Amino acid sequence: MAFISRGFRGRRREDADPSRVPPGQYVTSDFPVLSAGPTPHTPLDRWDFRIVGEVDEPRTWTWDEFQAAPHETVTVDIHCVTKWSKLDTTWTGVSVDTLLDGVATSAGYVLAFSDGGYTTNLPLADITGGKAWIADGYAGEPLDPEHGGPARLLVPHLYFWKSAKWVRGLELRRDDQPGFWEGYGYHNYGDPWKEQRYAGD
Amino acid sequence: MERAALRGRLSWQLATVVELVEQTRRTKSIVLDPPDWTGHRAGQHVDVRLTADDGYQAQRSYSIASAPEDGHLELTVERLDDGEVSPYLVDDLRSGDQLELRGPIGGYFVWERSLGGPLLLIGGGSGIVPLRAMLRHHLATASDVPVRMLYSARSLDEVIYREELMRAGAEHAVDVRFTLTRKQPAGWDGYARRIDRDLIGEVAWPAGDRPLVYICGPTAFVETAAEALVGLGHEPGRVRTERFGPT
Repeated sequence: MAFISRGFRGRRREDADPSRVPPGQYVTSDFPVLSAGPTPHTPLDRWDFRIVGEVDEPRTWTWDEFQAAPHETVTVDIHCVTKWSKLDTTWTGVSVDTLLDGVATSAGYVLAFSDGGYTTNLPLADITGGKAWIADGYAGEPLDPEHGGPARLLVPHLYFWKSAKWVRGLELRRDDQPGFWEGYGYHNYGDPWKEQRYAGD
Repeated sequence: MERAALRGRLSWQLATVVELVEQTRRTKSIVLDPPDWTGHRAGQHVDVRLTADDGYQAQRSYSIASAPEDGHLELTVERLDDGEVSPYLVDDLRSGDQLELRGPIGGYFVWERSLGGPLLLIGGGSGIVPLRAMLRHHLATASDVPVRMLYSARSLDEVIYREELMRAGAEHAVDVRFTLTRKQPAGWDGYARRIDRDLIGEVAWPAGDRPLVYICGPTAFVETAAEALVGLGHEPGRVRTERFGPT
């Protein structure tokens, strides 16, 4: 018989659609912050966004150029490996499809890199096809530094550590190079619906 | 240990609750005996999973409070009044119960003797828990790394591990300092204000000494402490943080 925690009933939220909450997650209305180190503060005049690696020609956007790129507003659910999920979060950003438009590559993977040295790896197919953005706005405001501003990767269908804060670029790669948390035992792919929290899940 | 390594997976296991120790009005230490524990490093955490009789489950992460050298696995949990898991752990769990967990998890917010120092530990509220594991590891291994700890709590009643930390300060060469932000007892000679750049500057070694810093606490606390250190010239790469709670 499966284990039951004696006397535990739980406090289930009635206001959250269970079909939108992956296994092992709970819905919060807060926006918790998780970062391995201090919050970086790169001045916007020194900020750029780069696409490098297995590409015909590297691309770079200054902050002004990035601002001029077409932005989209999306409302998505996000799921953090530390168990909280936040529903209906609204972001503004540039689709990764837009940034990769016309880039010729043989890469199958991408390593996102950030100020502060953070990295995370993803299959290229998981950030193309309308599935990922470089977000610089949250809830109609510029993205707060604590939450990854001036810009972060947004890949809502994977656990949120894949949505690298303070992102500065994407390295397109033929091989799959584990990023920061992936190197510390977190799952290489991180599908919340399969509860892929840690290596081996 | 080999089996777990080969499996490469953190399996759920049922640990027996050996003892519950009230630390403060809102926090309890849960001493556990997990059947298949491969050891941990100071600063790591476990995932705890509760299951209701209808199959409903809730999971949360809790820092490990014990040192690797301690005989048992210990968690210290603060009751969040609007929480789902912590009220059960603090109020309902009894000695002899079983608790489902898996771990250890995390590898960055970890200190072990080989990482050296000087070691600066800055904790706010229940953020002291993983730092206490680091301090115990330091003492258990008789490490000669200089250690300083700054612990911010609202009042002396809310200081977790009060006796132990004061003893570490009195009997060992550990510099333990407290700041009580809301209420101080008569004759209090510790700090009595919220942390800011001045306070961090008073407690921290100079940036040139390159301390290895671990900060754990609520988000605003961690942001303040980390920004202060960076502002004082400390290398961001030597400042490791763990944040919890709402923004």
